[in-house]
Amino acid sequence: MSTEQDYIRDIAEIRSMMERSSKFLSLSGWAGVMAGVYALVGAYIVHVFFGFAPLKIAYDAVELEQFSLKGAVMVAFGVLVLSVGTAVLLSSQRAVKRGESLLNVTSRRLVISSAVPLVAGGILGLIFMEHGLIGFLAPVTLVFYGLALYSAATYTYKEVRVLGLIQLALGLLGAAFVELGVLFWAMGFGLMHIVYGIYIHIKHER
Amino acid sequence: MLSSGFHKAFESRIRLGIMSALAVNDALDFNSLKEYLDVTDGNLASHIKALEKEDFIGVEKSFVGRKPNTKYFITPAGKKAFGNHLAALEKLIKLQK
Repeated sequence: MSTEQDYIRDIAEIRSMMERSSKFLSLSGWAGVMAGVYALVGAYIVHVFFGFAPLKIAYDAVELEQFSLKGAVMVAFGVLVLSVGTAVLLSSQRAVKRGESLLNVTSRRLVISSAVPLVAGGILGLIFMEHGLIGFLAPVTLVFYGLALYSAATYTYKEVRVLGLIQLALGLLGAAFVELGVLFWAMGFGLMHIVYGIYIHIKHER
Repeated sequence: MLSSGFHKAFESRIRLGIMSALAVNDALDFNSLKEYLDVTDGNLASHIKALEKEDFIGVEKSFVGRKPNTKYFITPAGKKAFGNHLAALEKLIKLQK
């Protein structure tokens, strides 16, 4: 005959199975912290060395010469590659430790659901750049990144949804106050990643 | 002693695990279930067969490229039985408190 202990264990296992089979919980908090650090360093380089500090939305070809746009884009791309690389590396280490595989149903869903807004945002950013809408570059990446996190949160820690909303809000603020766009970008990609990474680490990894 | 709502098909932890995973996913393939449950192929297959027999889960066969891909999903009857089982579990725990 089953005892109360058995029932409680049954319920606990049902809950854990529902969570494990629908959410990717090997996402690393440290990866978030590192992404934030890369972003802050990147924002500093772009701002100080490449003079990227748009004061208005649209620039014509002559005005554009004051920025090393190519350099700025390369730094942004570097930050992206480093962040994704770190996330994959640290998350795969955690997945191994938790006996989960890095490429399972939940991680695939996580990637697909965030890829849709990210790719759309990336393309829109390139179109803006083509038209000289430099002031919108930082805010638009932040807005779409926020949307990506918001939708990806279904498949991982629910706190990611709040982070998504924060990035979205900072991106919209950056679009409204273009001269502060880079600052909001550094706050979102940099500071918020570090804060959230530490939070996830404390709450879920110890 | 067993209150209504319990189903003997769910007495096994593995079968309970299969139902839990399928309750929150549209469909899962064999290998995903195996990863979550940490069981051998033969063991999982026999539990799946038992649940299939009860009509609690269904099978969806398709091809990914040329490789056969079998996915399992929860049927409406399975959802109902699993929900009743869960409710019965919760009730029992509350009663004993």
